[in-house]
Amino acid sequence: MSEEKKIAIKVDNLTIRYKSLKSYSIKRNFFALHRNKREVFEAVKNVSFEVPQGEILGIIGKNGSGKSTLLRALAHIFSPDEGTINIYDNSISLLSIGVGFQKELSGRENIMLSGLLLGFTEEEIKKKMPRIIKFADIGHFIDMPVGKYSSGMYSKLAFSITAILETDIILIDEVLSVGDRRFKKKSYKKMKSLISDDKRTVVIVSHSISALRELCDRVLWINDGEMMMIGEANEVLDQYEAFMDAEE
Amino acid sequence: MNRFVKDIKKYYKYATYAAKAELKAEVAGSYLNWVWWILEPLALMAIYAFIFGFVFDAREQYFTAFIYVGLTVWTFFNQNLKNSVKIVKKNKAVVSKVYLPKFILIESKMFVNGFKMLVSFAIVIALMIFYRVHLTWNVLFVLPIFVTMWLVTFGCMCIVSHFGVYVEDLANVINIALRLVFYMTGIMFSIERRIGAKHPELATILGKFNPMAYLISSLRKCLLYGETPEVPVLLVWFVIGLVLCVVGVRVIYKNENSYVKVI
Repeated sequence: MSEEKKIAIKVDNLTIRYKSLKSYSIKRNFFALHRNKREVFEAVKNVSFEVPQGEILGIIGKNGSGKSTLLRALAHIFSPDEGTINIYDNSISLLSIGVGFQKELSGRENIMLSGLLLGFTEEEIKKKMPRIIKFADIGHFIDMPVGKYSSGMYSKLAFSITAILETDIILIDEVLSVGDRRFKKKSYKKMKSLISDDKRTVVIVSHSISALRELCDRVLWINDGEMMMIGEANEVLDQYEAFMDAEE
Repeated sequence: MNRFVKDIKKYYKYATYAAKAELKAEVAGSYLNWVWWILEPLALMAIYAFIFGFVFDAREQYFTAFIYVGLTVWTFFNQNLKNSVKIVKKNKAVVSKVYLPKFILIESKMFVNGFKMLVSFAIVIALMIFYRVHLTWNVLFVLPIFVTMWLVTFGCMCIVSHFGVYVEDLANVINIALRLVFYMTGIMFSIERRIGAKHPELATILGKFNPMAYLISSLRKCLLYGETPEVPVLLVWFVIGLVLCVVGVRVIYKNENSYVKVI
């Protein structure tokens, strides 16, 4: 990607802590003499990076290294405890395996609700509705409550919504393995076409090194919340592989 | 404040659509569907009318309408508060995937319960026609009373839903508190006459300091008995309602980003 591109995401010294924010019960608190020992756990430590518009950034790291936390922070679900995240005026959506649906509502209504939440107007969604339904390819289930869906249908619908509604920034959490073989192929193709649109910025979290190698321009590697490396995809992934093999 | 207005504008559509969808889902799931919204309060009213009108002999003029006004309003308040305790947790699927101001969930819930209240209020009107209640201009007080009720309920819900995220057993406490308020509100008896006969101070305190008791008795006054409610008290509760809303929304704005970390 060329240097003169606009920046789409700018993360500065981002730190996210979980302050042992466990919910407590009144009874437990009543009888506990020492109150609330606050353990602080830092899930993301001092991470800074920039993503230019149109870039596909992969994030890799072992389980529990803070990848998903980082992604959620980008989606504005967590606020940073320190540092800043700036996504300028881009619309953003987070796509992950169990996307948030209201179980007792039909697929159609859930498309509408998700769309409204992502900041689209009713008309825009209505216009795109047929395409979403066609892409999801779940037949008459679209008018049944989402709670009755199989897990595959669930994720197919979820993927279709984000894929067709097309926000400026798409955050993808381990989605490269959705549905059956055919849908996987289709979504992979769709994702590639989404990604190849050079206005769209994509951040992908995945464990699949081969997928990241193929899709991403650059890769960010985080380990225990700390940034290890960011740079050209193959370079970082080679290092990561070597690191993971060595730890065994 | 600015942020609040902006957020309301941005998410208003979502709140109404979610409310509509929830109502629809509720209707689709049950056999008698929307008939329950009328049937349930009707059956409850029959029970209360029997116990308090016949057994305890605490009848009032237009007794069924009297009970129905109380019951309708109380159900709105009661359901809203009960629902608000776990509202963030219940919407975990949504809340952990996109950002939305959490009071939008509350607003949406209020639309659902508000719509049900409207349906059962139709019965109040039917009963008023049946009794040939003499209407006066005081009926217009219904509007400020409902606005005040909306504000007080919304404020309380915001605060309860905030603590509901952190305190696991808040639901138990709220249930007990609501039960207490229920009996202190005079849903099926007149506080003034029944409590007031023996403990006049208690009746005055309840009538003024329990917002639900005050609002319900005012509604009855202006709808059924052609009397003017105490306007200064209404104003005071309006202001308190506003303050509760401001505090509640502030608390939510300040803490909502850590809710996801807890649930």
